[in-house]
Amino acid sequence: MTETTEITRIKPGGSVASLDLAEIWKYRELLYFLTLRDIKIRYKQTLIGVAWVVLQPVLTTAIFTIIFSTFARFDTKSVPYPLFALSGLSLWLFVHTSISLASTSFVNNTSLVTKVYFPRLIVPVASALATLFDLLFSIVILIIMMFYFGVTPTTQLIAAPLFVFLALVLAVAFGTLFSALNVRFRDVKFALPFMLQVWMIASPIFYPANLLTEKWRLVFALNPLTGILEGFRSALFGLPFDWQLIGVSSASLAVLSALSLLVFKKMEDKFADLI
Amino acid sequence: MQVIEAQNLSKQYTLGSRQPYSLREMLTGLFDRSDGSNRVLWALRDVSFTVDEGETLGLIGHNGAGKSTLLKILSRITKPTSGTASIRGRVGSLLEVGTGFHSELSGRENIYLNGAILGMKRSEIEKKFDEIVAFSEIETFLDTPVKHYSTGMYMRLAFSVAAHLDPEVLIVDEVLAVGDVGFQRKCLRKMRDVGESGRTVIFVSHDMQSITRLCKRVIWLKDGELRDDGEAKHIVGEYLHEQSQTGAEKIWNDDETAPGNEIVRLRAARVRTDVGEISSTIDIRRDVSIELEYEILQSKVVTPSVQLNNEQGSCIFISHDWSGEWRHAERKAGIYKSIVTVPGNLLSEGTIFVTAGAATHQPHQIHFNERDAVTFNVIDSPDGDAARGDYAGPMPGAVRPMLSWKTEIEN
Repeated sequence: MTETTEITRIKPGGSVASLDLAEIWKYRELLYFLTLRDIKIRYKQTLIGVAWVVLQPVLTTAIFTIIFSTFARFDTKSVPYPLFALSGLSLWLFVHTSISLASTSFVNNTSLVTKVYFPRLIVPVASALATLFDLLFSIVILIIMMFYFGVTPTTQLIAAPLFVFLALVLAVAFGTLFSALNVRFRDVKFALPFMLQVWMIASPIFYPANLLTEKWRLVFALNPLTGILEGFRSALFGLPFDWQLIGVSSASLAVLSALSLLVFKKMEDKFADLI
Repeated sequence: MQVIEAQNLSKQYTLGSRQPYSLREMLTGLFDRSDGSNRVLWALRDVSFTVDEGETLGLIGHNGAGKSTLLKILSRITKPTSGTASIRGRVGSLLEVGTGFHSELSGRENIYLNGAILGMKRSEIEKKFDEIVAFSEIETFLDTPVKHYSTGMYMRLAFSVAAHLDPEVLIVDEVLAVGDVGFQRKCLRKMRDVGESGRTVIFVSHDMQSITRLCKRVIWLKDGELRDDGEAKHIVGEYLHEQSQTGAEKIWNDDETAPGNEIVRLRAARVRTDVGEISSTIDIRRDVSIELEYEILQSKVVTPSVQLNNEQGSCIFISHDWSGEWRHAERKAGIYKSIVTVPGNLLSEGTIFVTAGAATHQPHQIHFNERDAVTFNVIDSPDGDAARGDYAGPMPGAVRPMLSWKTEIEN
């Protein structure tokens, strides 16, 4: 045997094990292949493939624009409403789709859980990452729209990837949480779409966060999406950053991510027995 | 050197609807105390064993005996309720062929995906890619989505990826029953190569013939507990013996129930090895004797006979006492033993069911014809000195004689 003989120790579960990043790193190629698989399958199975990913944000933006620029005129500063809506929608659709897909990732891949070992976290993370590919298309449309409306980006644009990253963290955290809950409670399948709908309305996607008074805005910022969306828009359109709002949202995101991971780790040992 | 060490592994499952699956069930469960007694099942209880480096260990037992649970614990798919285990070296487990295969993806894409799922590195898959494709015999369909494959092609591809997994410890669940006979042969050959290349293998199968061919040592699980651990032939024999209800010896003490009539009555039937031991496990190379003990109540010409049937229920042959000495001789009242010896290297491997009979031929009268009076198992030799030679695959045929071959060179 080689000098670097690895030793696998098998012990009863129970304690919330350490995150074991080394183990996940060891399986990074699996994460890559599972992400690739999820992307390929989604684009192979749907009839209109890429068009679907483009149409969804575009059509939703059109509907929002028709409704909200006629009935409720929001103060979107210098930003044209369609651009305002699309910037919010692109991140929201990414988060929404990621969480939805990740939530069923174990239930739809039973044999991955019952027939083979690898760090379980990889499955929902791959689902979330695969959706990142859709976001690319939305961003391309966003860039085209910015040209169309003559919005020139400022140097603040370099901060945009930071908010995309925070959106990814949010998608991975909640995707992971719901994937685990779905193994245990099949109600998740019914409850999640409703929860996502409420969440969408409660987030500044088609209206700006400045709709609320100072005091309530920080409560509102406990929803991590608030800071992410506002920050993303500021970066894109060269508006001043509301660091207080972004700070509260980021802190909230950190706490929620840690809790999600904790719930996942607590439940993952039982997956193979429950699924 | 010990590669696997398992100590008191136990796994408990809670049965029935008490495991809430929906929130409603959990909430109603909070108020429903009437049925608080959860039914608990020990799928595995206090199982300890060690496996040495290079050993091929077979795991047998009925369905629900705990074999799969043990494999899942060793593969780290599920955790034990108590007990520990440690495994030295890279572990590869094959509990299913084609885990993670997706029908929309091509053969090529699935090879990479499945390889990664089984724990292979990308570089490793690239290195073995051509070999995997050649082994699977699907070259021309490599870029076709696997949903267009036939079941046989799909299974061949899946097994090929698995077969090229190169761990130090390999855990295999009955995955060999795939594809056509030709491919099965290839798979068995591959399994044997793995075992012979010094790697440690744990192998589960319901097919006792492949177990005895591939493994020297066997662990028998029964109701979650370790029933026996030892030499493959011996344990498999015991296991089959228990399964078939009847064994190498059957004795009828009660005249009322003993097969027979007022002329002759069967008292016992036995299977003996070439050294005279009563045994239900017979080495394919050795002679086996079947002994009928009967009581003659009225003097008569009586011809004892045996009929051997295989697992498929086919009659392999019938033999009766044709020896001149007793052929026409009346047997006086008394207790007799008739022994017939079947030579080694004649019967095929598997379970043999013996029917014990006695008749008078002139005029014709059957005194008894006891079906499945005794059974025994013929175990083939992995040593290369039996009719199968070095071939490790399944060998059909009702008999497996060792015939002489001659080669002539003409030119």
